[in-house]
Amino acid sequence: MDTLRDIGGRPHAQGLPCKAFVLLLWAPPSISFADWELNMPVGVTEISESVYSLHMTIFWICVVIALIVFGIMFWSIFHHRKSKGAKPAEFHESTTVEIIWTIIPLLILVGMAVPATATLRQMYDTSEAEVDIQITGYQWKWRYQYLNEEIDFFSNLSTPKEQIQNQAEKTDTYLLEVDNPLVLPVGKKVRFLLTSNDVIHSWWIPDFAVKKDAIPGFINEAWTKIDKPGTYRGQCAELCGKDHGFMPIVVVAMNDNDYSAWVAQQQAAKQAKAASAEKEWTLAELMTKGEQVYNTACAACHQANGMGIPGAFPALKGSVMATQDKAAHINIVLNGKAGTAMAAYGGQFDAVDLAAVITYERNAWGNDTKEMVTPQEIKQARGQ
Amino acid sequence: MNDMTQPELMHGHHGPAQGITRWLYTTNHKDIGTLYLWFSFAMFLIGGCMALVIRSELFQPGLQLVQPEFFNQMTTMHGLIMVFGAVMPAFVGLANWMIPLMVGAPDMALPRMNNLGFWILPFAFAMLLSTLLMEGGGPNFGWTFYAPLSTTYAPPSVTFFIFSVHMMGISSIMGAINVIATILNMRAPGMTMMKMPLFVWTWLITAFLLIAVMPVLAGVITMMLMDIHFGTSFFDAGGGGDPVLFQHLFWFFGHPEVYIMILPAFGIISHIVPTFSRKRLFGYASMVYATASIALLSFVVWAHHMFTVGLPLAGELFFMYSTMLIAVPTGVKVFNWVSTMFRGAISFETPMLFAIGFIVLFTIGGFSGLMLAISPADFQYHDTYFVVAHFHYVLVPGAVFSIIAGAYYWLPKWTGHMYNERLGQWHFWLSMIGVNLTFFPMHFIGLAGMPRRIPDYALQFADFNMIASIGGFMFGFSQLLFLYIVIKCIKGGEKAEAKPWEGAEGLEWQVASPAPYHTFAQPPRID
Amino acid sequence: MKDQNPHKTTVSKLVLATLGMFLFGFLLVPLYDVFCDITGLNGKVSNTAYIEKEGFTVDPNRKVTVQFLTNTNANMNWLFEAEARSIQVHPGELSKVSFKVINPSLKRMTAQAVPSVSPSEGAEYLLKTQCFCFEQQELGAGASLQMTLLFRVDPNLPQHIKTLTLAYTLFDITDTRSVSSIAQLDPAKIRQPEPRGSADHIASTVPSIHVQDTILLAGGY
Repeated sequence: MDTLRDIGGRPHAQGLPCKAFVLLLWAPPSISFADWELNMPVGVTEISESVYSLHMTIFWICVVIALIVFGIMFWSIFHHRKSKGAKPAEFHESTTVEIIWTIIPLLILVGMAVPATATLRQMYDTSEAEVDIQITGYQWKWRYQYLNEEIDFFSNLSTPKEQIQNQAEKTDTYLLEVDNPLVLPVGKKVRFLLTSNDVIHSWWIPDFAVKKDAIPGFINEAWTKIDKPGTYRGQCAELCGKDHGFMPIVVVAMNDNDYSAWVAQQQAAKQAKAASAEKEWTLAELMTKGEQVYNTACAACHQANGMGIPGAFPALKGSVMATQDKAAHINIVLNGKAGTAMAAYGGQFDAVDLAAVITYERNAWGNDTKEMVTPQEIKQARGQ
Repeated sequence: MNDMTQPELMHGHHGPAQGITRWLYTTNHKDIGTLYLWFSFAMFLIGGCMALVIRSELFQPGLQLVQPEFFNQMTTMHGLIMVFGAVMPAFVGLANWMIPLMVGAPDMALPRMNNLGFWILPFAFAMLLSTLLMEGGGPNFGWTFYAPLSTTYAPPSVTFFIFSVHMMGISSIMGAINVIATILNMRAPGMTMMKMPLFVWTWLITAFLLIAVMPVLAGVITMMLMDIHFGTSFFDAGGGGDPVLFQHLFWFFGHPEVYIMILPAFGIISHIVPTFSRKRLFGYASMVYATASIALLSFVVWAHHMFTVGLPLAGELFFMYSTMLIAVPTGVKVFNWVSTMFRGAISFETPMLFAIGFIVLFTIGGFSGLMLAISPADFQYHDTYFVVAHFHYVLVPGAVFSIIAGAYYWLPKWTGHMYNERLGQWHFWLSMIGVNLTFFPMHFIGLAGMPRRIPDYALQFADFNMIASIGGFMFGFSQLLFLYIVIKCIKGGEKAEAKPWEGAEGLEWQVASPAPYHTFAQPPRID
Repeated sequence: MKDQNPHKTTVSKLVLATLGMFLFGFLLVPLYDVFCDITGLNGKVSNTAYIEKEGFTVDPNRKVTVQFLTNTNANMNWLFEAEARSIQVHPGELSKVSFKVINPSLKRMTAQAVPSVSPSEGAEYLLKTQCFCFEQQELGAGASLQMTLLFRVDPNLPQHIKTLTLAYTLFDITDTRSVSSIAQLDPAKIRQPEPRGSADHIASTVPSIHVQDTILLAGGY
């Protein structure tokens, strides 16, 4: 019985093909009701609360109308059935009744439109924000740029591949966890400026009731003011290609002091990183760092084993590109390949990360060129 | 006409040609109607299999059966096939069969075009399905194919997708022209517009919608084609275009398209409810006006699909108000059906069961539509499973149930036999439970935050997804029972009278069952 | 059959309506642009220079923050930044900002900057008299360029707008050197695939998978 409980409850055990069948038989009794989320979250902002109350108001209006209409219908079904000897009436129109049931819904709708309009107006007022953040959608990650604090980073899914492929147990934040969350202060108006690098994405945090499309070439605005510190999770809400389901959004909201400390720490880290570009790197160091970068930025297409996906994404293992002309290799990573899915990564990573990842590609999976690409070489190639 | 050479025609009583040529060359509205109906059922099963692939993958969190690339192809193809291959052709099939019978015409106005219009479809869908086998896979950008995912970032097979959609569009337009010409010019003497049966009325309005918006769809995909192959930039910001323009154009087609899929359903329900309530339809005239106003409103609500793209405030408000307005005529229809049942003498044969199922579940879909219209709340609903639940409620227990109800209702007329009532009832209850099990939980997972079109999901959505998958299989397999019932009914069964339903009214019940190959060679007189 | 005449007129009207709606679909494209120009829908701003009219009085009592965002689209490798992240201006005064681009690649490239303004309501009040986004920029390998933007904020800017954000996205149009959206309707301006460049043409238009594949086979990657 223990195994069965494990399957249906949380955490979900995975893998065996016969389990699907077992589940089919055992799922209902083993479902844990605590996990059933039935409704929209109330959220942690003033806007999300008014959206929630709009949602509930219209919901109850619908329920009442449904009870009346279906009530009459089922009453007829029970009482006016032929088997009970009902005789059909003759009436088939009534202008008065028809006018009444046109006017009443109209009035209900007007009543609904008033609060909805007020909430919408509030949502559109982006003025006087204290923090400005540019959010850029990429296939398949988010980039956050703090416009006034000079902080700039990418946020990638951090759920390990093994969990997705059912080789490891899934954790509670499965698919809703990232390496670098967006950190925001509590109680301050934060303005988001959204755009996209490639296709249309949509940035959504249910707890803020913020959902806005990120459109290539265009800028969109949204704002929030978080009431409570905490971690809030959302997902990309517009189909954006293969890994649309794998680009979550995580926001960590902090109180003022913690936020300032975080900003200072980010800026210090940035300086340290810039300084590290000047130091002498060893091949081993670059390989370690390169593997991390490769797994976040390259493995989605070229795969963790460097084999690519035949017919779609080329292999790097044993390829001409990754084993011969170094300059060409640096060039394609920095500048991308026009007309293909290979983006220009020159603007996405700093010199150290780029040097590391190219070094990694040239030495991993038996591509033993023993060649090292240094951050200085990258800077040179970037014209810096 | 080729058939002219055949001696039977001289007598005006010839039967169909024999063998395959009957179906290839037929210009008979009943044959073509049959072809459409079988074709749409085949597509319904293919699209249904794709839905089951989707539901199997979503049975549990994690990637089990398919990879995300293929999952996206499945969602896209499922949508395209169900919309253009199952629902629309099914309604065209019903129109072909029933409109000439209902208006007292000997055939459709343009029989040869009718044949062509049908035979384009198998080729269009063969081409569309073949893209799944192409390098890079089939269309994977959703049935709404938003640029630039469907242009710059599309698989090479997108060109075939574009041509197949062009072919489907041409077929629909030909069907629509035929319906309009038939209804406007071939009604029996004495049948004024306001005496037309509601199925005819709703189809007339639908046909005008088709003529208005299918060419716009053709225009949009032509622009895509030019962007992809001829260096224009309609939808590419880099060349001065705008990806949002694509959405405006698409939904200018797309929203009326939604009503194209539901107005004929209203017509069918408006026949079945009075028949089995043994009482005249309540508010015939208001039904007609409601249908027309829904059709007109459908042209000014399209941007409610785009509330999150960053419309200006005035735009959001306009589209929110106009969308909410649609609830009024739709409500009128539901009230009219309920009033028809009120104080009737109701019996519950299978068509009536499906019609009641339609009224209840379509209304639930309408309520969630009203919720979606509230723009600030839509920021939470948009692109989640709540939307998936909404449009499946209006399309599956809505459009599909009405088609099934219509099929049961007219099967005696088509085949000359009664279907097996007991099995029909089983089919209804299995479908009813299956459909609710599948789509009702989707409201919850949508509200809880699950985006649509994702192959894998967070753990808190697991339980409801599992229930939805079980329901999906149940609903899917129940349709095989329908296939069995139909085949059994064609092969034999209790003989059907000309008017098998006590309360039925209309010209179609004045001809024998099965309807002779040629009917109303002499137009009937209506007074 | 009865007489065919009523069908003929009905059908010809319907066919005309169909063709009309097809054309209408295309007509919606310029209409949409006009509509956007008027309403600033979607933050889309006019891509032509604002012709200076006299009569701007600088409003010394009001300050508006203008932010500049610089983005590059996928596959665009140029380094692109504004000399100032944001500036404060008085409505009506003429301001100048410069932007720097570097083409770090090994080939000559052409870029198009696409402007977008947020909030979209403010788009029509940002008047650009000179902007690098009015034309395409061509840069040789390793070259760099200072580009200028001259603009005014219209004093009629609604009072509640205190910040205007002007975002530029740089697109690589080396292979698809094309045209503004209106010009699409002019066949003369549609790029003809040149005979030798045809391979190039295919590379730029057929989606990625094919191209990478060919190169893979050719041993390039």
